[in-house]
Amino acid sequence: MKQIWAIAKRELGSYFTSPVAYVFLVIFLLLTGFFTFTAGQFFERGEASLGAFFAWHPWLYLVLVPAVGMRLWAEERRSGTLELLMTMPITPWQAIAGKFLASWIFLAVALALTFPVAVTANLLGSPDNGMIFTGYLGSFLLAGAYLAVTCMTSAMTRNQVVAFILSVVACLFLILAGFNPVTDLMVRWASPAFIDTVAAFSVVTHFDGFQKGVIDTRDLFFFLSVIGFALFATSVILRNR
Amino acid sequence: MEFEACGGNSSFYLIPGRFSAIMRPRKTIQPMIKIENLVKNFGAKRAVDGISFSVERGEVVGFLGPNGSGKSTTMRMITGYYPPTAGKVSVGGYDVAESPLEAKRLIGYLPENAAAYPEMTVRGFLAFAAELRGLSGDAKRKALARAVERCFLASVLHQSIDTLSKGYRHRTCLAQALIHDPEVLVLDEPTEGLDPNQKHEVRNLIRELGRSKAVVFSTHILEEVDAACTRAIIIDRGRIVAQGTPDELGRPLDEVFRRITIPDTGLAVPDAVKA
Repeated sequence: MKQIWAIAKRELGSYFTSPVAYVFLVIFLLLTGFFTFTAGQFFERGEASLGAFFAWHPWLYLVLVPAVGMRLWAEERRSGTLELLMTMPITPWQAIAGKFLASWIFLAVALALTFPVAVTANLLGSPDNGMIFTGYLGSFLLAGAYLAVTCMTSAMTRNQVVAFILSVVACLFLILAGFNPVTDLMVRWASPAFIDTVAAFSVVTHFDGFQKGVIDTRDLFFFLSVIGFALFATSVILRNR
Repeated sequence: MEFEACGGNSSFYLIPGRFSAIMRPRKTIQPMIKIENLVKNFGAKRAVDGISFSVERGEVVGFLGPNGSGKSTTMRMITGYYPPTAGKVSVGGYDVAESPLEAKRLIGYLPENAAAYPEMTVRGFLAFAAELRGLSGDAKRKALARAVERCFLASVLHQSIDTLSKGYRHRTCLAQALIHDPEVLVLDEPTEGLDPNQKHEVRNLIRELGRSKAVVFSTHILEEVDAACTRAIIIDRGRIVAQGTPDELGRPLDEVFRRITIPDTGLAVPDAVKA
């Protein structure tokens, strides 16, 4: 546990000693602001909820989360520090967990900094704060799932750009499987059961419940198993480097 | 008798095909590093081809060979970074493949090119290494102070690693390898890229450390063998071609080296290339 924390601490430190953290935070907050208030028509909706805010998260994270996670292993490979890390008396799991947790904590900080949106909704009306809480929880899990996928693609290559593109594509698939325009297309030729099965792999389907204020154990299980599977795949990739 | 002669001169040291018992000190204690018939393939290419040797406490073994002869690959297998294709490595009695954590705890490792996290300060980097080694509190502080003193890093302690000169960066990585006062040191080209003064310092340090530890270091600078080693192992194309004390190998060393290793541009063209 101490070793996991040592790795997480170092990783967090490297985010904040480079411009990555600040650039990311500023862009993330600007974009959430733009999508919520302008594109999402937060005011025109006339309802006290954060629906306009959360609905964009699967798309926003699609680009931003891979940008946070792409360096995790690719950079270690490129600079040769992977050799240093892997010859330390730690298990690969400790290294994977430490790195993943550091980036997830960083994303949690970014998410927490969007609190003015929740405050605004509370000032203008009386939203269901339980629903806002579950929305944040779902968003955090969604970010974790994307991040774990990025971890995996980052372990495959020493090139951060390749890691970025691979994880955007993989995460895009996780969205599109349950995205309404795509499922509507499939209605013409596929059986409803098939569509439901494909949609069950989508983060959108599972994120919906959280936005409605429901914590379904199936949704929780989905996100945690995506994270678990992607991190397991990371360990396999690292072992076969 | 399956002996392999290394050179024609009678002063050369002979090594048996399997394992040398001639030069090893007659001790009953277990060697700190023991390598048996180590093989590593990368795809179709065999990088290390059946190397066996062992290193006792109090020995400094120089690992010599031309570029690409398998020095780094062997060291990476000792430290558990590469799994061997065949053969066995044990460190302090622990099999590196079976109990990697116990073996890795005993080893201090300086990788090739002295990799380090560029954005960290020297202090932060050494503290990180100490924490991964399970040191904390007072023990960590003492370990840091000792490593900093040994590697003369006091003046750059709060500088970030990417602003350091090559010599300092090397010593920072060396300090990382020494942080837990390991019983086994594996140093991959510890003097590469240093100026003559720094080389001298590092050699002295290696010699001093070698009194109480088992040290293996690789180099292609032959004078280092005289300066720091108690024993030298020369490898070429993945095989041990000679080993012994510098005196036993014969002099001048560079002539011996040239004679027993096949240069990349030499007349001896491998069959694979001819075909």
